[in-house]
Amino acid sequence: MPRETGSRVVEILDKHERELLTSWLDRQLKASTLRRDLLQESEMREQSREFLRLVRDAAAKAGVEDVDTPAYEPVRELLRAISTERARKGFTSSETATFVFSLKEPVFARLRQEVGMDVGALAEEMWAANVLLDKLGLFTTEVHQQGRETVIARQAEEMLELSTPVVELWEGVLALPVIGTLDSARTQVVMENLLQRIVETGATIAIIDITGVPTVDTLVAQHLLKTVAAARLMGADCIISGIRPQIAQTIVHLGVELQSVITKATLADAFAVALQRAGLAVVRSRPQA
Amino acid sequence: MGEFLLVSIQVDMHDKLAITLQDDLTTSIVKHRARGVLIDISSLEIVDSFIGRMLANIAAMSRVLDAETVVVGMRPAVAITLVELGMSLTGVRTALTVERAMDTLRASVATGAESGRGDAARPE
Repeated sequence: MPRETGSRVVEILDKHERELLTSWLDRQLKASTLRRDLLQESEMREQSREFLRLVRDAAAKAGVEDVDTPAYEPVRELLRAISTERARKGFTSSETATFVFSLKEPVFARLRQEVGMDVGALAEEMWAANVLLDKLGLFTTEVHQQGRETVIARQAEEMLELSTPVVELWEGVLALPVIGTLDSARTQVVMENLLQRIVETGATIAIIDITGVPTVDTLVAQHLLKTVAAARLMGADCIISGIRPQIAQTIVHLGVELQSVITKATLADAFAVALQRAGLAVVRSRPQA
Repeated sequence: MGEFLLVSIQVDMHDKLAITLQDDLTTSIVKHRARGVLIDISSLEIVDSFIGRMLANIAAMSRVLDAETVVVGMRPAVAITLVELGMSLTGVRTALTVERAMDTLRASVATGAESGRGDAARPE
């Protein structure tokens, strides 16, 4: 009777669950990737037992060929939970994947005992087990990465809120130091903040300082011009300052038109212009020593 | 004598109203020999391209009649909308408050007029 490939793996998972778990736990406890500082041993034992049980059930139902079937949903669910939790605790993705991969050794050892001397069958069964565990391991990596990405997305959002201050330099003079890349979402926030402050303070001059903007491409330039146009509609003139030499070159090479805007190299220059417009001057109150 | 007209738009503009306003305004500019027009849109909450174009038209008409136009008190949301619509109203002066606008106009008319009399032309 021709047996389906991997059926022995299912059999072993079913028959020798306890032994597998014991030797698997053994290996995990000895492994250098176990982070005792981050994970309780009891917790790890519990996770391992649960994982093995779910894999056994799923394999009995759907075989070991395809882990995308609904039968594997509980397994995926568990791995997702473990992976997300470990990602949050600070495990690296390989440390998380090792949790699954370390099961290979006990399974292979068991297979060797069971299948015995039939080399062909042994190779086939090992391959089936290997593919199954690889897929599950890679799944943890994927989830791990997704977990990290959510963290990154949240931080980006927080940065967006933090990084658009509008400060009043003088009565009627606002400064807007822009740090980081200007994308559409940020431009919107920057613009709203600036306009709101213009209304609140009644400022007539706004200085947009782009010292902290790493690169200026046509899109960023367009966003800047939009902000300037909106401020102008509110009755405030804009000065763009903090243009680094490289950025000046880029702007010219890109053919971006900044003719309609006053541009200055430094915030100090821009501030001087603003004071001049307001009819003010800075004078030394004490003679220089 | 510099003479300024103050237009306060307080209701949502529609085509007919806009045409009436343009009529009234041009007539008033000629009648009062006005040198400046202030359009107060501080109570305008919603703008579309039509209103944007209307403002630009009024400015252009006033300029033909030798009067400067200042758009006063635009709200942040309105400003953002206009910019997103691609209408930055180039050639139209802007100010945050009526007083500021008066200052601007006075400075630009520069005839040494001490004060301008504000005539309120108010649609409905």
